[in-house]
Amino acid sequence: MDSPSSSPWKQPLQAGVIAGAVSVLLSLVGMVATFKDRFIISGVFSMGQVIFLAPILLMAYSLLRRTAPQSRQQVILSGLFTGLVGGVVLAALVVIGKNVDLQAMFVNSSPILHNILTFNQPLVPGLLILIAICMVMGVLASGIVLLPQRVATAIIQGVSWILLIGLMRDLIITVTSRWGPLAGLVRLFFANSGLKPLGAILLFALIAGLNYWRSGRPAPVVKPAQTKERPLIYYAKWIGLGVLLLLLPPILGIFFSDILDTVFMYILMGIGLNIVVGFAGLLDLGYVAFFAIGAYTMGVLTSPELNADPMTYWQALPFAMIACVVSGMILGLPVLKMRGDYLAIVTLGFGEIVRLLALSDWLRPWFGGSQGIQLIAQPTIGNFVLNTQQELYYLFLLGVGIVAFIAWRLRDSRMGRTWMALREDEDVAIAMGINHVATKLMAFATGALFSGIAGTIFAAKLQSVYPHSMNFLVSINVLSLIIIGGMGSIPGVFVGSLVLMGSPELLREFAEYRYLVYGALLVVMMLTRPEGLWPDARRRLELHEEELEKEAQELADAESAATETTK
Amino acid sequence: MPLLEVEHIHTYYGHIHALKGVSLTVEKGEIVTLIGGNGAGKTTTLRTISGMLKPREGRVKLNDEDLGKFKANEIVYKGIAMVPEGRGVFARLTVKENLEMGAFSLKSREQLNRNMERIFSLFPRLRDRRSQIAGTLSGGEQQMLATGRALMASPNILLMDEPSMGLAPVLVELIFDTIQQINKEGVTILLVEQNALMALGIAHRGYVMQTGEIVLNDSAEKLRTNSMIQKAYLGME
Repeated sequence: MDSPSSSPWKQPLQAGVIAGAVSVLLSLVGMVATFKDRFIISGVFSMGQVIFLAPILLMAYSLLRRTAPQSRQQVILSGLFTGLVGGVVLAALVVIGKNVDLQAMFVNSSPILHNILTFNQPLVPGLLILIAICMVMGVLASGIVLLPQRVATAIIQGVSWILLIGLMRDLIITVTSRWGPLAGLVRLFFANSGLKPLGAILLFALIAGLNYWRSGRPAPVVKPAQTKERPLIYYAKWIGLGVLLLLLPPILGIFFSDILDTVFMYILMGIGLNIVVGFAGLLDLGYVAFFAIGAYTMGVLTSPELNADPMTYWQALPFAMIACVVSGMILGLPVLKMRGDYLAIVTLGFGEIVRLLALSDWLRPWFGGSQGIQLIAQPTIGNFVLNTQQELYYLFLLGVGIVAFIAWRLRDSRMGRTWMALREDEDVAIAMGINHVATKLMAFATGALFSGIAGTIFAAKLQSVYPHSMNFLVSINVLSLIIIGGMGSIPGVFVGSLVLMGSPELLREFAEYRYLVYGALLVVMMLTRPEGLWPDARRRLELHEEELEKEAQELADAESAATETTK
Repeated sequence: MPLLEVEHIHTYYGHIHALKGVSLTVEKGEIVTLIGGNGAGKTTTLRTISGMLKPREGRVKLNDEDLGKFKANEIVYKGIAMVPEGRGVFARLTVKENLEMGAFSLKSREQLNRNMERIFSLFPRLRDRRSQIAGTLSGGEQQMLATGRALMASPNILLMDEPSMGLAPVLVELIFDTIQQINKEGVTILLVEQNALMALGIAHRGYVMQTGEIVLNDSAEKLRTNSMIQKAYLGME
């Protein structure tokens, strides 16, 4: 490591160049321009600006956190310098863009982008403003580092919430629009896009103040985990959550219920894949196959197009479930002896085979070829047909509830333990007497079943299935959400699905950059938080091994010393 | 009648003829050691006995019962437990969970608890660390855990593959003391070792392997004084 005294500017220079490069990249792929009209604070501050300024702030902050404790002056200067370098890199982009025609290669290097970066000012003052604001970002970062923890946290919380609230304006307005007089009050805070400046200041003061006040209170005494008696509030929380989940569709309205349906569908699949990948350690890249098999079985059995005597949803459901379990085992058998990469490749192939079979002309009389299957039955309860997004939400909710409960019980069961042993060391597990064939097949079958259930509801929701909705990206989405949420963690699946499937739908402009953001998010997660957003307790222990390993080393030393003395 | 009888086994890895007619016997209550250099076929012999590899010729018999018809995961139910090379603890499970996995083949919960109690008294350190993640144990503790885990199955015979590997000399002595103690409590042991000096120090009898064949077998005492052994394996001139 370079000591700060030998070259105090080297690290800030590096950080500034990296931050500037990230901002340039985000600008050139068009994210900055796409979000220019999405205001966080109306007329003052747009998401586009957040996108090119945030890398500088974050980079400066992480640099200052990383470096050894420095004097106040040094911290501010490093922050300032990081900002300056980042700003100069961005300014260079504008200068080059204005003088050389970059658009042949970078479509987004347009006057629109240059105007955003220069804050709609003429070139020279605009560039100066840009650099100055970047430097302010650097100073802000050093401010956060220098301020007392409590104040810094309050400010970070305040800013994050303002960002979130500003972005979620549409959702908040829709939800509150039915709250009568309250709706008017909420409306006061918002402009046509984002928050009003005054509203933002008020909210910031409120949130930061509340946070500051809360962190000042003494921490509640945590009861030891052994106590069997749970406080009443524990149950109240769960009941409250349950009631909220039941009330969501009428509160949110059709559009947001539809998003929630997608999120829940992916939770269903995520819980299933989590059993295969997270618990049993079998990397399955063709998971969409079972989703397809569930959806197509539902379609084939209930569509009058293909069937003289179509079944209802509930009649077809058991058949679809059986089809999924059987196909899970069919995939499982040939791959019993495969591990790691080989398994991933074979499962990938399996997913494609299923999609191509559905697409093929050869099987057209049964699966409808590229036309897919239409007129699929919708679930009914008595005479009541579940056919809107809001009604189907309850079906998804029921499915997720059952499946999450089963997965949770399985994890702590003998079977769950067996999966984990097999994941850790297959040979040793076999030597302990574990039947690896049955254990692996069980994992594949359970995962397939859960995914298939998601497929049947998906088919019923759209009343149609097409081969092109069964593509490889579905598998990747499910895998990514497990990784982001936390491998092997059931609450992690919920969080991952909400973040990966929910947010792109809410931020429509993001949809275009979905996979760019996924990729970046996965890389950042692996570097900074490999255990996921809501990790399994076990995995958290394991991934923070460095500290534990050090401890173990010390133990080992003590151990040899102790044995030595007893001799 | 010997407890374990290996009769002329020939085991192959693909085309490679790894074991060329290995025969050995282990009597009840003995510690028998299998020594030899790298690639002599010691581990292959153990893997063949435990059913992970199937011999192309020859038989493995336990209490006069041919084990050839059993799968690898059924062997443990017959009373053979294995302490694998490199320990192979389940790194992400806790110490207690590792031990419970070792008792996978047991039917009764009571016996599991009894065995665990016995292992905790054999290795008090494991009791202190029972809720710790196994991957974070020191090398010596992992070896204790792997041994304890194998004992959880209440085996008649314990196959141990290089328990001294990668351990500090003091810990090796500790482990070998424990092996003797386990043996005194009635467990028969087949011990594979490169550390011939240590292994012959505790064993009753020994077999010497070279390129897939048994070249010598005698009592441990005689092997220790055999000049060829002294030269090749004990580093004495």
